[in-house]
Formats: sequence, structure tokens, C-alpha cells
Amino acid sequence: MNKNRTDLELITSLVDNNTRILDVGCGNGELLQSLKDKKNVKGQGLELKQERVNQCVSKGLSVIQGNADSDLSLYPNQSFDCVILSQTIQATNNPRNILIELVRIGKKAIVSIPNFGFWKVRVSFTTYGKMPITKKLSNNWYDTPNIHLCSILDFVDLCREINIKIEKTIVLSSNNIKSYNGSPNNWSNFFGEEAIFLIKN
Amino acid sequence: MNTDQNKLPCSYFTDTKPLLLENGTSIDELTVAYESYGKLNKNKSNAIIICHALSGDQFLASKNPLTNKNGWWNRMVGSGKPIDTDKYFVICANVLGGCLGSTGPTSINPSTGEEYGLNFPVITISDMVNAQMRLIQHLEIDKLLSVIGGSMGGMQVLEWAASYPSNILSAIPIATSSKHTAQNIAFHELGRQAIMADPDWNGGNYIKVGSHPTKGLSIARMTAHVTYLSEASLTKKFGRRLQDKEEISFGFDADFQIESYLRHQGLTFVDRFDANSYLYITRAMDYFDLEKTHKKSLTEIFEKTNIKFLIASFTGDWLYPPSENLMIVRALSAGGADVSFVNIESDKGHDAFLLEEPEFDDAMRGFINSVSIEAKI
Repeated sequence: MNKNRTDLELITSLVDNNTRILDVGCGNGELLQSLKDKKNVKGQGLELKQERVNQCVSKGLSVIQGNADSDLSLYPNQSFDCVILSQTIQATNNPRNILIELVRIGKKAIVSIPNFGFWKVRVSFTTYGKMPITKKLSNNWYDTPNIHLCSILDFVDLCREINIKIEKTIVLSSNNIKSYNGSPNNWSNFFGEEAIFLIKN
Repeated sequence: MNTDQNKLPCSYFTDTKPLLLENGTSIDELTVAYESYGKLNKNKSNAIIICHALSGDQFLASKNPLTNKNGWWNRMVGSGKPIDTDKYFVICANVLGGCLGSTGPTSINPSTGEEYGLNFPVITISDMVNAQMRLIQHLEIDKLLSVIGGSMGGMQVLEWAASYPSNILSAIPIATSSKHTAQNIAFHELGRQAIMADPDWNGGNYIKVGSHPTKGLSIARMTAHVTYLSEASLTKKFGRRLQDKEEISFGFDADFQIESYLRHQGLTFVDRFDANSYLYITRAMDYFDLEKTHKKSLTEIFEKTNIKFLIASFTGDWLYPPSENLMIVRALSAGGADVSFVNIESDKGHDAFLLEEPEFDDAMRGFINSVSIEAKI
């Protein structure tokens, strides 16, 4: 697995053995392959880009070419043990609806986000007064796919609003990984560069 | 129309055990004309069956002896191609009801000694698949590595997967549907009415009186052909360009290139296709409704299936649009099946699956290769 994707390893650790998994925005199937190898899951991916879909198909992975915003309705209630949405929610049109769909389809869901409340993002904006560009958020404002960025606290608020339970949170900063039962504390919104949430209905 | 199809150079399998049909009657002497490519391996584990579409035939990847043209899927099947005949044993059979050697309306009815004509029983997609199953049993193949087909071929693939799940490892239904829609039926009805309105059809007895409803059949083909294309592909290929003239003629000749093209399509079709076969096969497609045949929902039909599926559709296909294919994906997925779905960006219409679409080729190659690795071929 790509060394820069520690989050994928952490997500793998949250997945139970021999379960049925849906990876929304599965890319070239890196996470699905790793879950298949390490956790013996029965996995399926959802991916929009043709080239990536073909890469998954060639690896023998089950993948459906589709869009997180419109095609999650494809799946019946609770049809997966776990649904994963890794670093994708900020690029969707309707994150609120997607979160509701994730916990409808999955008995649980794992969502990872880049934290817009991270101190470097705040410093970058307050110092220069321009849209922040960091390692995790490396696009210009006009060409970024990230149209719905949020902070860890924003995400926690939304979950509360739509009655989604946060079972566990893992917060990553450049040199630290911290786990919380339930929601993280307010400090994590300042020091965390990225967060992984285990949620359910 | 060549009525000596039995002499077409290909393989034949004849079965005197009656084939029971969905309508309750039977075919007492079944002939299946087929072509095969590549070599069957020792374990008989590398066999792939490819099901052809309405106007297709068994000459999948070899020269068609009637038209002298390359096989209809020559670019997909062959040495080093996505369906690689160096690795796989590929079989393609003329469908039951067809007119290129398999039992159909032009065959001799053993009980009368004359051509069946309209006495041929109304067959269904599942009857076609049962006939192919007889061939597979005759070839002593227990497990097919894959069953592949587009359009009506895709319907047969779905029927194969529903009826013989333990005989196939993987299935690739392409640009198809689990049931014919009102629009699909409507276009077929236009074709059939054109054939039956031709005086040379003679109530279906044209062989006996030595005629062939070529006008009706070619109109049927012209209508159908338009449904296989798209507005974008028609505009790109023909636009409003005139055929061999500078100005419009103020008459009803083929002024436009598209008219001339369609007339050509119609005319060449009647040389290789039988009008009654066209009636029977379009009817089989119209009657196709997998849920009704199996008296279960799609999800229930494929629940707990071990078959690995790849479903492919094309964005510009309005005859069997992505939404129809997605319905199958949805049902398979709900039943927990191992299903992949590719929706190829293309403006070539329904015929895209037969044309140059590199992304589609890659998906096919990748999927079949992954299945063959799992099957240890």
C-alpha cells in the first residue's frame, strides 16, 4: 500500500474479517485489494472514472461504474456490513444526503475527511487571506474537486443533526495518531490534519 | 436468399432427442450450426460461448461465406485479441429459429417433409439457450469459463445464468435488458408489419411459391438499423450530405447519403437473412422477460449465484440504455452477486459494442483475464 495513505491502513484496521464491504469512490481498487488480502472481505467498489474502473476489473475486483451522488440508491438497506468513503465526501454535491445513504446501506460506515480546521489551514488563510493550499488540500480554489470542505467539528455537528452515531474517531496529524471512543475533543479540530469516523445509524 | 444453408461451411450438431419448447411443443430433430475458434484444453476448462444478436450468426471471427465479409466480432475475438483464441476455446452457434443452418423456419419439418415456414413453433430466448446447452453437453463441456453476448446475445447470457448457474463461471451481458420494453417491441412490430405487408411474403409460404419478401425485409432492416445508431453518429457520418449529386432532385430518389446508406443496408441484408426467421427471432426478443419466465424477481433469480458478472452498457445507446442495464446490476447487487458494471462513454448508439471502443476492449480483456486466473487457466 502507498506509504502516504496511512489512513487506508487505519481504515483496514476498523474493518472486520469476512464481511461484505462497499468502497465508495474506490479509485484503482487499492483499499479493496488490501481488504480482500488482509481481511478476506467480499468487497465491491463504486467508481466514476473509466480508467480506474478498468484497473479494478483487471484485478478481478467487483466494481460498479457510477457516482456517489446519484448511484447509492442502487443498494438496498443494510446490504453491506460496512461502507467506506475515504477522502471523498468533500468532493460530493450533497454530503448530507450521502451520509444518510451510507448508514442506510451499511450496518456501519467509515468516513475519512481532510480537516479544514487544521491549524496550518487556519494560519494559511489568516496570514495570506487566500484559499489555503496545504499538503492534503493541494488544489487552487478554481480547480479543486473539493467543493464541500468541512472541519472535524462541522462533521460532528452534521452527524448530530441527522442522528448518526459516531462510534469511534481516529485523528491523524503529521506525527501523531489519536483514537477516541465517540467524537473527538476540540483540540483535535486544531491539531488534526485528517480524521476517520466510524459511524452508524 | 440461399436456401442451401446446410451446405454452409461450419460445424453441425444434430440431436434426435426432442427439444421441449417453452410454448409446450417440441422440436423433434434439432440441428445446431456452429463455429469454434481456438483449442479446447485437456480439462475442458477454457470454453467460452458467445451468443449472437438478432441479425448475427455463427461466423463470429471468421469470414462469413454468404457475405464474404469478416466475422461480426472479428475485432474482439481472435489471436491476441481481448477474447484471445490462443488461450480460449470460443464457440458461437446460430440461434434456434435462425437461418444459417440451425433449425428454423427454413428447415425441413421432419413430420411433413416440407419447410416449416409459419408452422415453425414460436420459440423464446430460453429455447435458444436450451438448444445451445445441448451443444455444450454434446461437446462434453461441464463448465463454461464465460458466456458472453450483446443485445439479444445479452438476453441469452442472462437466461444462461438464470437456467444453468452451475455450468458457467462468469457471464458478460452487454447492452441488453432483462425484458423488452414497449419501445423495443414497437420497433420490432414495425419490422414485422413491413415483412407481412409485402405481397411476396405470401402468408409466410414464400419458399413454396419461390418468392422472398425482400422489400418488406429490407424495410424492416432499415428501421432496425436506425435504432442501432444515434443522432450523433448519423450526423457525424452523413449529416445532410447529398449522394453523388450537387443539388436536391425535387424527387424521391435517394438524394441524401443517409437514404442511400439505409437502402444499401436493407438490400444486402435480404441476401443473408430469411424473412420468417426475422419474424420469429424478433418475437422471441419481445417475449423475453426473465422475471416472468422464472416466476421470481431478478434479485431472487440470482440470489446466492456464484457466477461472476460483468455488465456493460454504452452512454449513447437509446435502444438498450444504461438504465436498463443498471436495473440488472441493481438486482444482482441486492442479491449479493459478484457484479461489475462499466458504462462506456460513446456516441455510437447501440452498435457501439460491435465497434471500435478501446475502453470497452480493455474492460473485456481485464475481466476475462481475471476470471481465467481464478480458474487457473
